[in-house]
Amino acid sequence: MEETGGVKLLGFWVSPFAQRVKWALKLKGVQYEYIEEDIYNKSPLLSKLNPVYGMVPVLVHNGKPISESIIILEYIDEVWKQAPLLPQDPYERAQARFWAKFAEEKVRQSVWEAMCSSGEEKQKAVKSAVEAFEEFEKELKRRGTKFFGGETIGFVDIVAGCISYQLAVHEEVGSIKILDSSRFPAISEWIKNFLNHPLINEGLPQKDQMFAYFSKRSKEIASRKMSHKTA
Amino acid sequence: MAGEGVKLLGYWASPFALRVRSALKLKGIEYEYQEEDLGNKSPLLLQGNPVYKKVPVLLHKGKSISESLVILEYIDEVWKHNPLLPEDPYERARSRFWAKFVDEKCVPALVGVITKVGEELEKSAREAREHLKTLESGLDGKRCFGGTKIGFADVAIAWIAYWVRMEQEAFKIQLIDQQNMPLLAAWIDYVLEDPVMKEFMPPYDKLVKHTRDLREKLTAVVSN
Repeated sequence: MEETGGVKLLGFWVSPFAQRVKWALKLKGVQYEYIEEDIYNKSPLLSKLNPVYGMVPVLVHNGKPISESIIILEYIDEVWKQAPLLPQDPYERAQARFWAKFAEEKVRQSVWEAMCSSGEEKQKAVKSAVEAFEEFEKELKRRGTKFFGGETIGFVDIVAGCISYQLAVHEEVGSIKILDSSRFPAISEWIKNFLNHPLINEGLPQKDQMFAYFSKRSKEIASRKMSHKTA
Repeated sequence: MAGEGVKLLGYWASPFALRVRSALKLKGIEYEYQEEDLGNKSPLLLQGNPVYKKVPVLLHKGKSISESLVILEYIDEVWKHNPLLPEDPYERARSRFWAKFVDEKCVPALVGVITKVGEELEKSAREAREHLKTLESGLDGKRCFGGTKIGFADVAIAWIAYWVRMEQEAFKIQLIDQQNMPLLAAWIDYVLEDPVMKEFMPPYDKLVKHTRDLREKLTAVVSN
């Protein structure tokens, strides 16, 4: 058995949040034990380690649990100082935190909502997603670097990175089109560079499996909304 | 202490601006405060936070930083005395966790109490109580979220102390009491008495009126 130095990661195969943590650990060369959780049938371990949310990912280090993917990234960056994710300068760090929050709350979230909604709600969500992409595109262009923080993958890339391998699936499942490469050349190029990194591309979930999973999830969410409306 | 040209754009009733004012005060940093008229935002605000156009915005050395928790981290990194965050990475993660929990769970529920009516209001009040009860567990039996003295999480969460009291009085609902949340109630008392924490809390009666007016405006829109 590999020596993991007491690092465990509880995740779920298709969770973009868990994927962020995997990427961070891999980029730093940190060995860890991965525990796959069935989030629809949560283990007592997960409930014990994340009593507030009961969600993955949870990083366990030296017996202590840390939850919330972006908070886990900060923890990882502070404990393992090689291959830093955040820049050194306080202002640049603030910018990275700002854009990571934006990537999570505006970019990723809006795509999800656009996929799961219908009718007028869907139109609104798609509009929000496109606006978020426009802001992100503008910032990437302004920086003019290969990745968000420079020539190497960093904090914002990892947080935003879920769109690199899940966006196309969400678009298909939700019958939406957000990433038009002629409209978003910088983002398109960034996605290409991001996925080109061997540690990033390694072990990503299969497209057809993601499609099946998100189709099912999307239908469940839609039917839940309908039952709330008719209740 | 010289602030090297520090300016804060804020709004008197904003809990997010309050966080930054408290942090700057705790560190003894001198700064210029600019009160924003949210109905007529200054060019400085629009330039300083082009993405969200919201307060607070911290201006330092010609650059702008937005998002209150991001600003707190920046302040802690630039001015290293009287640290807000603890040193230990695990404790830092815990502080960040509870600050985020408040924004993600408590804020929407507490806003719901202001903006909703009837059954929806009851639901928001219930959710607020649940989340506040969870928040209490974050104290881990200690006097404040930072342990023995006020830290990052306390600064991030302190506004709850007066918002909850204000909502309880303004809308005649029960959110926290000594019986159901004794530790959190004690923390609220502690925070409301701390000279730094209470310095920038909005004048109570003014806030109650402001919130009632806001509610009237929003619920009138809903029922029309």
